[in-house]
Amino acid sequence: MRRVYLDNNATSPLLPEVFEAMRPYFMEKFGNASSIHQQGQRARAAVEQSREQVAELLNCRPAEVVFTSGGTEGDNLALFGLVKPGDHVITSTVEHHAVLNACKRLEAIGCEVTYLPVDGRALVDPDDVRRAIRPQTKLVSIIFANNETGVLQSVDEIGRITAEADVYFHTDAVQAAGKVPIDVRQIRCDLLTLTAHKMHGPQGAGALYVRKGTLLQPLFYGGRHERSRRAGTENLPGIVGLGQAAEIARHGFSDDSVERMSARRDRLERTIVGTMDQLTVNSAGAPRVPNTTNIVFECLEGEAMVIALDLKGLSVSTGAACSSGAIEPSHVLTAMGLSPDRARASIRFSLGKQNTADDIDFALQLIPEVVTRLRDLSPVYKRAASSQA
Amino acid sequence: MNIENQTVAVAMSGGVDSSTVAAILCERGYKIIGLTMQLWNQRRLASHEGMPEAVQGRCCSIDDVYDARYVAEKLRIPYYVVNQESRFEQDVVRPFVEDYLTGRTPIPCSLCNNHLKFDQLLITARQIGADLLATGHYARNEYDESTGRWLLKRPADRSKDQTYFLFGLTQDQLSRTLFPLGEMCKPEVREKAGRSGLRLFEKPDSQEICFIPDGDYKKFLDAYLEEQGEAIPDTAGELVTTTGEVVGTHNGIHNFTVGQRKGLGVATGSPLYVLKIRGDRHQVVVGGAEELLSGTLRARGMNWIAIDDLREPMRVDAKIRHRHEAASAIVEKTGEDEVLVTFDAPQRAITPGQAVVFYEGDAVVGGGWIC
Repeated sequence: MRRVYLDNNATSPLLPEVFEAMRPYFMEKFGNASSIHQQGQRARAAVEQSREQVAELLNCRPAEVVFTSGGTEGDNLALFGLVKPGDHVITSTVEHHAVLNACKRLEAIGCEVTYLPVDGRALVDPDDVRRAIRPQTKLVSIIFANNETGVLQSVDEIGRITAEADVYFHTDAVQAAGKVPIDVRQIRCDLLTLTAHKMHGPQGAGALYVRKGTLLQPLFYGGRHERSRRAGTENLPGIVGLGQAAEIARHGFSDDSVERMSARRDRLERTIVGTMDQLTVNSAGAPRVPNTTNIVFECLEGEAMVIALDLKGLSVSTGAACSSGAIEPSHVLTAMGLSPDRARASIRFSLGKQNTADDIDFALQLIPEVVTRLRDLSPVYKRAASSQA
Repeated sequence: MNIENQTVAVAMSGGVDSSTVAAILCERGYKIIGLTMQLWNQRRLASHEGMPEAVQGRCCSIDDVYDARYVAEKLRIPYYVVNQESRFEQDVVRPFVEDYLTGRTPIPCSLCNNHLKFDQLLITARQIGADLLATGHYARNEYDESTGRWLLKRPADRSKDQTYFLFGLTQDQLSRTLFPLGEMCKPEVREKAGRSGLRLFEKPDSQEICFIPDGDYKKFLDAYLEEQGEAIPDTAGELVTTTGEVVGTHNGIHNFTVGQRKGLGVATGSPLYVLKIRGDRHQVVVGGAEELLSGTLRARGMNWIAIDDLREPMRVDAKIRHRHEAASAIVEKTGEDEVLVTFDAPQRAITPGQAVVFYEGDAVVGGGWIC
């Protein structure tokens, strides 16, 4: 059965060049980057080259890049590395769970956290950030691009506000890297999280940008890796993959790969909205990353739709999967003001660079068919339809 | 329709019964989709005093989901967990709590069958392309040409008969359900599971109510109401006899159920039993064993299966709780949706909130809720 994967915000497949770049480092070019001998030096060189590639993606110095195991670790390192009991943190209600749960922990150990609300498009008002800053504020952490709806926060504006207030600014850019250009100097953030597997790199490899002069308490104690900021033998193949993915991501804004992906997303969204009724695009009208569209299929059970589509070969997502595998309504959609029913009726389609026009055609052919069947069998939809008639 | 063209959704709990159902239907050549309903977060009330921290081996706990997933993997069938927590809370848990607080003894399993398993799950199954739903219930269903009705019948293994909990099934639901275990005995089912390579064939059956760890419903009521920010209503009151004599006090009607003997706190010569709970007056009526017997009961919220409606009094075997030997009785309509059941011989501890289910031979005639 043909399978089309439109859940790239969950994870994305490696691009062939990334896998090829990584391959030698598993066996022939293995090594511990801290070793003195040839294998070590070779490994060291590869790690440092990746560091440069990531630095170029972000427009920062290589020494400001700390390699991690991914987005969650990066977020945790940023928060726990910087914030001490008694500090005040400003964040939002639409952060990734890594930031939200880290903040809950910070609250438990004696910090105060302000969770800024968002508007109907999941946007934080930078003025709210400014107003929330107080003498004890240590850090503002606002997600760059939202994983659910793809909405882009006004990070430039927030960076300006935090710079003026002399408060640290961290942004979780996991969903933004590779989709929109990122310039940490321009944004004026102090910390930025990214991970490889959302930009066609391997899982288990990420980076935290740490602006020079920012003192960070490490999460892991051990060797002096990453300038004593993150102990642990470097994940050599992972880091090489991250570097390669970062380089491809950077080029994506000048070759047409991002543009083409964006055009496909637009066609998918336009066609769905144009050919079916009772739909709402979440965060419509707000700036968004070019690969994501999150649509409310009114009165439908998103879970049933995801399953029905999966059984026919299309992979998409709704809400957030919990440990049992059942879906819980998205806290982001809830924060935007969607009722639990509408949050549960929302489906996220997220493209990757590997998705072709044929993939979009396949999806466009399948979706109306599934939606129609679900609507025919939905008591809620029938009630709503008859009350409108 | 050919079997190969039919897709069946199997309700999988992670237990031996439903796992064996999946294995059996795969062998028969159906296209199978495994589904588990996430109905209740077992960790939800864990922080409340007295509630166990970790709950394992409850129906649909995380371990059960892993077991179901393992079976699906082994049988190579697609498998999904669907979240029905809010509907379960609304249609099963809340009524459960409300019943106890008003002096009735609920049967959540019937409500779950009516609202979740055979309603919501059946809708989901159809939405994802499954024409039929199969469960591990010990029951049988078949179409009766002569009456044009779908029948629900007792299974081959009488000791596992679950038809009592299925009295609420509609004709439409019955027409879309398969009960593959209806002809099998439990030991046979375990053996089949073993032969199919399902490592959980020795897993013990889950007996209690799935959302109440260790069967202590009072602890659950406390914890749930506390979580909801509601206090347990104060229904403390008197223990009275049938003649109105006050023989003691109690601290809440939800602590009692009809037929209960322990916990009355009254010392008399002969044992006292709870006869009746008067919710509005906060009274618990107690009496001797002989007073527990009653020859009649009223029921509402009827569902008819073997017949389309009760037009004239009918002789049936009536069960008033799951563990009860059906007793001969006459059932007659006394209102639009109400019946009067008159037993040949008085029955013990007829309990409002329970279901009365009527059988004619093996077939379920229908049933309703005891008032």
